[in-house]
Amino acid sequence: MKESELPDPFAQIRADKGYAEIDDQGDPVTMLLRLKDVRKTAHNYQAFTSETVPGRIVVPSEVSIRNTRQIPFEVDPPMHGAYRAMVEPWFKRPLEEQYQEQLAAIVSGLFTEVAGGEKIEVVHDFALPLQSRALTLLLNTPMEEAARWISWGTHVFRSEGEALDGSKADVLYDYIDAKLKEAESHRGEDLFSLLMHGEVHGRKLSREEAKGVMVLTFAGGRDTVINAVTNSLAHFAGYPEDLERLRREPELVNTAVEEMIRYFSPLTHMGRVVTQDTQVCEHAVKADSRVSLCWASANRDETVFEEPDRLKIDRKVNPHVGFGFSHHNCLGATHARQVMRILLKEMIQNIEKVELVEARDNIEVWGDFHRKVGFHSLQVRLHPKN
Amino acid sequence: MAKITFIASNGSSKIAEGFGGSLMELAVSHGIQGIDGDCGGVCSCATCHVHVAPGDMEKTGPASDIEKDMLELADGADEFSRLCCQIQVSDALDGIQLRVAK
Ligand code: HEM
Ligand code: FES
Repeated sequence: MKESELPDPFAQIRADKGYAEIDDQGDPVTMLLRLKDVRKTAHNYQAFTSETVPGRIVVPSEVSIRNTRQIPFEVDPPMHGAYRAMVEPWFKRPLEEQYQEQLAAIVSGLFTEVAGGEKIEVVHDFALPLQSRALTLLLNTPMEEAARWISWGTHVFRSEGEALDGSKADVLYDYIDAKLKEAESHRGEDLFSLLMHGEVHGRKLSREEAKGVMVLTFAGGRDTVINAVTNSLAHFAGYPEDLERLRREPELVNTAVEEMIRYFSPLTHMGRVVTQDTQVCEHAVKADSRVSLCWASANRDETVFEEPDRLKIDRKVNPHVGFGFSHHNCLGATHARQVMRILLKEMIQNIEKVELVEARDNIEVWGDFHRKVGFHSLQVRLHPKN
Repeated sequence: MAKITFIASNGSSKIAEGFGGSLMELAVSHGIQGIDGDCGGVCSCATCHVHVAPGDMEKTGPASDIEKDMLELADGADEFSRLCCQIQVSDALDGIQLRVAK
């Protein structure tokens, strides 16, 4: 098996039963594994709520490490829609030409720094700086801020070895508090200022609400983007013919990116709390228990995707749920898609070949299931195109 | 060439002339409000949802099963709903009317 491959640990049980039960700190989770069930459940917020004790819909649960409600993530419709309406135009800015030019400059600048044929470690030397520098565009903050975010490491809430790390979260919370205070007294042009001065339902957000949006923006867009970027480089190391094909047929960049999001599924699953005794996938679930929407499994559903375990850069019809589905679909998807599209375009321009040196897998453990989501470290040489 | 009429949710209408590609791409390149095409046309986002004028359904044809599964959970979907990234522009579509969903 190639290093770039991400096996699907749910294939058998998805076909046999359609769900899997796992424990999580004494608050068990029924993982839903089929595309149709995942979609239906994501759509049905009345029976499967996101608006519960803050942190409970996350697996592993963050109930014991935070009280701040993440917004719009942990709010149900109709209030969810009011928050989304406030921030949605801001999060669509990646569609602007100028934004894309700036992002392209960030990516090509990074390639110039690391693509000399010497050995680099992709996660820390490439994906993390790319993610952080790109985030300055999304937040519209000075580029210098990226250095501080990079110093936080790859996980904002987690550190290697410990699943949940409260002290790491404090660094982020204190930073966001300070920035919001600053924005409150001095209105700038950044996302912090939009949140402190914008309105929802004709009133200003409280600082706690604004913090709930910012924490999510930092946390939700970090590991996910880092894994997507790292895994795509690993893919081109394993399948140089795909890089060559994109060079010949750059019009495939869009389908390639969507296929990578499907195949990588950087966010494995996300929970909901059941509000009334009901059934999913012919399985009874009790009020106040948890289910999860397993995007990673749904994205390999063999009843929908032909050859689900192959990454085909020209897959035309690709109804994946890598960015979620329905009300809570990913707010950062416009940005993440641009990051990935521009990454591939710049790869075609700048990189002849990705040579794999050494890889250390990042494997998540969910009950009996072990899912490779990416790499703790990935050493490669990037050979520049001349 | 096909002339396609897009009617936005505020009632304003725009005619776009298409030569190839998908109806979603045509709408995006003409700045039709409400057609975002987030996923670039792979049938994953439903931000290209339109209602085809009843009389034009024959020209566009029916949705595929995969598209139907997406539409089943899309806001305001009805029997005239299509994800327009799944419809290729061709001369046969000349004169059709599409109402942007929502
Ligand atoms: C490849 C990268 C990414 C992937 C795969 C991803 C995946 C997801 C998924 C699956 C959801 C749905 C969660 C649910 O239904 O409960 C989601 C929601 C969300 N994501 Fe992302 N995400 C990515 C990047 C980002 C970025 C860059 C940001 C922002 C900087 C971001 C911010 C959010 C927010 C705010 C939500 C909640 C939306 C809501 O509740 O309405 N994500 N993401
Ligand atoms: S553009 Fe995404 S489904 Fe049509």
